[in-house]
Amino acid sequence: MEIKELFTVSIYTENHIGLLNRISAIFQRRHINIESLNTSVSEIEGVSRFTILVKMTEKEVKKIIGQIEKQVEVIKAFYHTDDQTIYQESCLFKIKSDLLFEERQIQNIIKDSNARIVTVNKVFFVLEKSGRRNEIELLHRELSVFGIMQFVRSGRIAVTKDEMKITEMLAAFNN
Amino acid sequence: MIMEELQTMKKKIYLEQPKERISGSEAVVRCLLAEGVDIIYGYPGGAIMPVYDELYKYQNEIHHVLTRHEQGATHAAQGYARISGKVGVAMATSGPGATNLITGIADAQIDSTPMVCITGQVASHLLGSDAFQETDIVGISTPVTKWNHQITNATEIPEVIAKAFYIARSGRPGPVLIDITKDAQFEEFDFQYKKCDGVRSYLPVPKTEKASLDQAAEMINSAKKPMIVWGQGVILAHAEEELKSMMEKTGIPAAWTILGASAISTSHPLNIGMVGMHGNYAPNVLTNDCDVLIAIGMRFDDRVTGKLDEYAKQAKIIHFEIDPAEVDKNVKTNVAVLGDAKESLTQILPLLETKTHHSWLKKFKDLYAIEFEKVIKNDLHPTKDGLTMGEVLNEINTQSGGKAAIVSDVGQHQMITCRYADFNVSKSNITSGGLGTMGFALPAAIGAKMAAPNREVIAIIGDGGYQMTIQELGTIFQQKTAVKIVVLNNDFLGMVRQWQQLFFDKRYASTEMTNPDFVAIAKGYQIQARRVSERKDLGSAIEEMMKSQDAYFLEVCVEKEDNVFPMVPSGASVSDIRLE
Repeated sequence: MEIKELFTVSIYTENHIGLLNRISAIFQRRHINIESLNTSVSEIEGVSRFTILVKMTEKEVKKIIGQIEKQVEVIKAFYHTDDQTIYQESCLFKIKSDLLFEERQIQNIIKDSNARIVTVNKVFFVLEKSGRRNEIELLHRELSVFGIMQFVRSGRIAVTKDEMKITEMLAAFNN
Repeated sequence: MIMEELQTMKKKIYLEQPKERISGSEAVVRCLLAEGVDIIYGYPGGAIMPVYDELYKYQNEIHHVLTRHEQGATHAAQGYARISGKVGVAMATSGPGATNLITGIADAQIDSTPMVCITGQVASHLLGSDAFQETDIVGISTPVTKWNHQITNATEIPEVIAKAFYIARSGRPGPVLIDITKDAQFEEFDFQYKKCDGVRSYLPVPKTEKASLDQAAEMINSAKKPMIVWGQGVILAHAEEELKSMMEKTGIPAAWTILGASAISTSHPLNIGMVGMHGNYAPNVLTNDCDVLIAIGMRFDDRVTGKLDEYAKQAKIIHFEIDPAEVDKNVKTNVAVLGDAKESLTQILPLLETKTHHSWLKKFKDLYAIEFEKVIKNDLHPTKDGLTMGEVLNEINTQSGGKAAIVSDVGQHQMITCRYADFNVSKSNITSGGLGTMGFALPAAIGAKMAAPNREVIAIIGDGGYQMTIQELGTIFQQKTAVKIVVLNNDFLGMVRQWQQLFFDKRYASTEMTNPDFVAIAKGYQIQARRVSERKDLGSAIEEMMKSQDAYFLEVCVEKEDNVFPMVPSGASVSDIRLE
């Protein structure tokens, strides 16, 4: 039995309606749970980038990459381990404003965690933190002692240490 | 020089074709004509009516065949595509019309059949509102199409349809679905058609690396016990001659998957038969004895490999493949030769040494002798009273000279057909391989006959599958399609019954069928029909069928509880194939 690892799957695609459905169906067919998913523009105009975090064996992820790349509107798909990428997640905490003034400790937590206050009003303030999953989890643990009104965490975004060479690839498609 | 000038002139004419103001629905028909479509299969309905109105106007240029169910339209389009190599076209309305296409689309996807399906959709302002006959067909068809797209503006029609045909037929072919809202069909716009010759993110044929060819050639040249297994990729790439040259130069015995059948004549001395669950004894057993396995345009389906952990473990594997996702998917290869089979086989041929493998080939012949004694003899020349499916095939072979295109359905009769039919012409074995769609054969035979009217097309169908699309007799009647239909009737869902007998202690759960009078049904559609239940009548009945210029229905009542052997039981290794 091969060991399951965390892989960051990065997919460069055309911006086409329905492609998310097409890609997620490939994971669904093999009964693979997606840990997180992010879609955005990429460094190339008109080209989208999917960042998908999955836990699976390398043997399996290779097959998945092949089946993703086979989709007409997928330009290229990659998979990387954590040490091959620079990655971050982002999160938001909504917390009662009273606490900011009453609990001295909160101010220290904010300072020590490099979190940023996005907005403050009479009722609540919003704290933003970007970082690794464990940093966010630590902050969540520390703040939950005081009570969190709302919490949300984004999917992972990642850039790779290696070059992606998508522009060259697009040029090759055109020839 | 003159040729070049002509080319540029042609291009200019294409590009400078004047724009014309026409409706979206007329544009659909004009696009189909520009793609060389001569026949489409379909069923009208509310959301596709504007296109049907145009089809009425263009009926002299494009022949629309009204099937009796949308599923029949897709299978007919598949039959058309499989025998001709051209793109099959099916059309349906929104909602149930569209969902009825899904089985055929899934079948075309798994068997790499080029097909374009066009569906009508509710008007764009109604999308998402649960309107009458609205269904999210783009969402539903996503996992079973090579590509799909919804058009909501008429202006998109030419480009999207051009792209649809290009994607369906290029690279590894497959089905494409285009959904067009009703308002886009009515909308007028300036029409201009331009064929698609490339899509930015899509590389249909990967580059063949010289290094992989060298490596493969070296491996083949030094092999002592090499074996080829080819699949439909050879047919799709039109690489039959190249494969034959390779076999004959290297003297390598070659076996085929079910969809690869007919690429090389069944009588070729190096053709060692079919691999897989009900394939021939020798190629299955010797898969686990060969030293180099050369897979060409096949995908190591589980019905071919049996238990993967015990499949050709001793052999080095060379995989000629157009679809990179198939490499290492099921079987780990030593050398992958990516690219189009015709191209790569042409390139490798000069690198291969002229050889013979007499003693190795003899091993196949020896095992064939065992299979003949234990299985084939009794199938083809039975001594018992009841008729066998095998002897029907044997008689068809004799009378057709192995020149007919054989369309089979799914089940026991399919395995018998693929095992015993003589094939001397490529693209002659039309069957549902990957999906195993019962009901495929009757409509597929209609499409095949229409695409190749000069060929004899014989549908061989079981009594179960026949009744899944039996309504297409109406299409045959209306279109006067001269297909020959042979129903091998054992009053059972035979293959399931065989499994129940072998693996479920003969508990025949819902496999026995009380069948209607098939001859009377055929006659109801004014199709000549005959029933045979005794051996003495078989020859004359098949002769009558072959001589008929029109459609003909022949029911052969065969032994109720015959089994298909050899058999690789599910989960067993190919070398553990059972002869009884």
